[in-house]
Amino acid sequence: MRAPGGPEVAAGDVLLSVENVSLSFGGVKAVSDVSFDIRKGEIRAIIGPNGAGKTSMLNIINGFYHPQQGRITFQGKTRSKMRPHDAAHGGIARTFQNVALFRGMTALDNIMAGRTLKMNKNLFWQLLRYGPAMAEEVEHRHRVEEIIDFLKIQEIRRTPVGRLPYGLQKRVELGRALAMEPELLLLDEPMAGMNMEEKEDMSRFVLDVNDHYGTTIALIEHDMGVVMDLSDRVVVLDHGIKIADGTPDEVKKNKGVIDAYLGVAH
Amino acid sequence: MFYREAGQFKTSYASDQAVFPILQDRIGVFIILAIAFVVIPLTGNDFIINAVMIPFLVFSLAAIGLNLLTGYTGQLSLGTGAFMGVGAYACYKLTTIYPGVNIIIWVIASGFFAAAVGAVFGLPSLRIKGFYLAIATLAAQFFLEWCFIRIPWLYNYNVSAAIEVPQRELFGIIVTGPRASAETRYYIVLSIVVVMTWMASNLMHGRIGRMWMAVRDMDIAAELMGIRLLPTKLLAFAISSFYCGVSGALMVFLWYGGAESAVFNINQSFTILFMIIIGGLGSLLGSFLGAALIYILPIILRFVPPQLGIPLHAATIEHITFMTIGALIVFFLIAEPAGLARLWQIGKQKLRVWPFPY
Amino acid sequence: MGILYNIFIDPFVQMGQAPDLFVQTLWEGLVGGMLYALIALGFVLIFKASGVFNFAQGIMVVFAALTLVGLHTAGVPAFLALGLTIAVMFALAWTIERVVLRPLVNQPDIILFMATFGITYFLIGFGEFVFGGDPKVMITEALYLPKGSITYKAFGGIVSLQRLDIVAVIVASIMVAVLAVFFSKTRIGRALRAVADSHSAALSVGISLEQIWVIVWFAAGLVALVTGIFWGARSDVSFALEVIALKALPVLILGGFTSIPGAIVGGLIIGIGEKLGEFYWGPLVGSGTDAWFAYVIALVFLLFRPQGLFGEKIIERV
Repeated sequence: MRAPGGPEVAAGDVLLSVENVSLSFGGVKAVSDVSFDIRKGEIRAIIGPNGAGKTSMLNIINGFYHPQQGRITFQGKTRSKMRPHDAAHGGIARTFQNVALFRGMTALDNIMAGRTLKMNKNLFWQLLRYGPAMAEEVEHRHRVEEIIDFLKIQEIRRTPVGRLPYGLQKRVELGRALAMEPELLLLDEPMAGMNMEEKEDMSRFVLDVNDHYGTTIALIEHDMGVVMDLSDRVVVLDHGIKIADGTPDEVKKNKGVIDAYLGVAH
Repeated sequence: MFYREAGQFKTSYASDQAVFPILQDRIGVFIILAIAFVVIPLTGNDFIINAVMIPFLVFSLAAIGLNLLTGYTGQLSLGTGAFMGVGAYACYKLTTIYPGVNIIIWVIASGFFAAAVGAVFGLPSLRIKGFYLAIATLAAQFFLEWCFIRIPWLYNYNVSAAIEVPQRELFGIIVTGPRASAETRYYIVLSIVVVMTWMASNLMHGRIGRMWMAVRDMDIAAELMGIRLLPTKLLAFAISSFYCGVSGALMVFLWYGGAESAVFNINQSFTILFMIIIGGLGSLLGSFLGAALIYILPIILRFVPPQLGIPLHAATIEHITFMTIGALIVFFLIAEPAGLARLWQIGKQKLRVWPFPY
Repeated sequence: MGILYNIFIDPFVQMGQAPDLFVQTLWEGLVGGMLYALIALGFVLIFKASGVFNFAQGIMVVFAALTLVGLHTAGVPAFLALGLTIAVMFALAWTIERVVLRPLVNQPDIILFMATFGITYFLIGFGEFVFGGDPKVMITEALYLPKGSITYKAFGGIVSLQRLDIVAVIVASIMVAVLAVFFSKTRIGRALRAVADSHSAALSVGISLEQIWVIVWFAAGLVALVTGIFWGARSDVSFALEVIALKALPVLILGGFTSIPGAIVGGLIIGIGEKLGEFYWGPLVGSGTDAWFAYVIALVFLLFRPQGLFGEKIIERV
């Protein structure tokens, strides 16, 4: 659907693979025995009805939850237990279902905060805000301004994000994730609560990010039209179990998926 | 009208990222510094300098310290008084053991002792937050206060169980002890407070400030962006306590001239906390405004009613002060959680559009 | 080795040699702990029903006691003064709900917490402004509370129990039982629990938040009054009690913020622990350990079991 030349372009090496992962809270199984992979450069959608374990899956990938079973391999490195900041170091960024911006800070500072990991000038220079610290600050400001231009949010730079409308907050959050220059970008319902026009804008940004920066993207989305248009491959979860995996067209025809969405009793 | 940034174009990110990007602000800061450094010492009498300006600056520094931790990093602390005490006692021991070393160096060095103690008591912040953390800091407050009383080594086994500040000279000028002049002490306190405020402002405008505010606003998101919560919070505890420690050392060495442990009790912690609530959480300017309001309010109550022919008993003044402060806290939390600093910003906005309403 | 002996062996030898002294210390700790537990109970009541961490609970104890004594000193008969104090506590609850809580509804917990600092300071100033700042003596006789002590010959020595303390323990037990029944059996009690679970859900089934809040703050005020009477009888009534009242905070950490049994058990552990610790181990480090013992215990709990002994485990979600 998206890139000229068909699906071969997207079919790169495996960037992240999830193998036989299970996660439960107390007695409740959130994810059971799920395996799938994400290839470099593709847009991968994770879909499923409410409570299917999609957000839990993202939380597992970036280290917020630790699965009881299974392995996760990212960029060739397998890990069993990882802290969220390790995931960030490894190049995984994400946005949240309910916007998780730093509400007391301006849009600019939020996005600058996304560059924290790339900055390293020490406390001494920070206290003086001079020399290396200032040079670093200006250098990263340049990068952040590129992102601000890219997302067309120039005029709200200095506005505390708590005062921005929802759609713009989502955009700033995307900007903050992009500022990390991630290998893998996880988007948790980037279009939730948006109107048609905003959804189109956001879809365009997602495609552009993928195109322009070559970022691999995994996204959760409810709007089927959006998912089918955007993604290269789709994995479908229901009640924590993987029920289908393939291109949008394949998934669309899958009987299990149709049943899950139409609510056939299990 | 009087205050507008129109026509002030920034041609580089460096100038756009200056702490005061607007010309009028820079002029304002310059005027305030000029008043503080020149006008007040020339015109003020001993009372103004000793009983108003020095305490105001000392409290402002402590309020900045607590604001770095509570206002910017979101970690509520009720141990400020004790951390100030660590600074004061550390400075006292240092200058007792090494009397030859410049006292200013020891005042600053005592901040490092407070920072170390602060970081230790900040360790629980990894697992707990909000009022749980506040109670953990109460442990610091009461334990340290106990140390100040029960470890006589800290006050050199004085019979009075109090610190008595010795006389120290700097380039032949007496700076501490009973014979030091008010102006000298004022200049030292002012210089330290100005430099440390400038540094705090630098810190808050850079990477570390953003990390702290990120932890304050949404710690989970901060962690998923690669910010390690424990080191970030511990750094906040350490730097905050450094400021409080220096403030405590200044309080004893350049203001009181001597102190016992009760100076650093839980009420001191609350006083500083109230300064930043009323002044504005997460605002350096607010730290000064809050310190001014809370410190100067009792002074006004002491002097103004008699002028109006309403004689008030000293105890009554204290009671009214308590009531007023309590009421102000509730008022500010309801009406303007960002405190006096926010009122100041609103005022500036009004000036900007004057004479039009908006 | 001498140090280890002093820490680990000697105190227990002392306990064995003078069991009467040990029992006496235990009893003192129990009574002190009961009073901590009562203050903590006031916290729990309010926290359960409104999610507000009421820092002012300790001050409300002093304020209630001060009002009672102050009215009596002004010539009001004791039991009329008691009735008036109850009315004052209701007025206080109502005012706090109107002036402080209602405008701050839906604010972050920490803001409400800090607002109760404001209430604390206001009450200190107001109480002293009206009744004077000098320490006062509780009107135990006018309220027909017993005095003197009962002495037993037991444990190879003499154990003496203050009659007042015995009454305090009995009254506290009755009050805890009544509150437990109130919470689990009455309609209002169940409504309180509903409010604690979710404000908006409670609103949607027609429970008035305002009324509930006035009720719990009033209930906490009554608990404060009872605590204030017995505490005031043991020492002077003045705001210097504030520091002691703060010890209810570590009690809460131990017991969990939402558990009435937790408040009781936590109070007793802290009360007994700090008395025994001070009596047997305190001299090793220069005494006065009861100033921080409770907080350090709480700190240890916070690090290893933040939800307390009886609290529910906190699960964080994204």
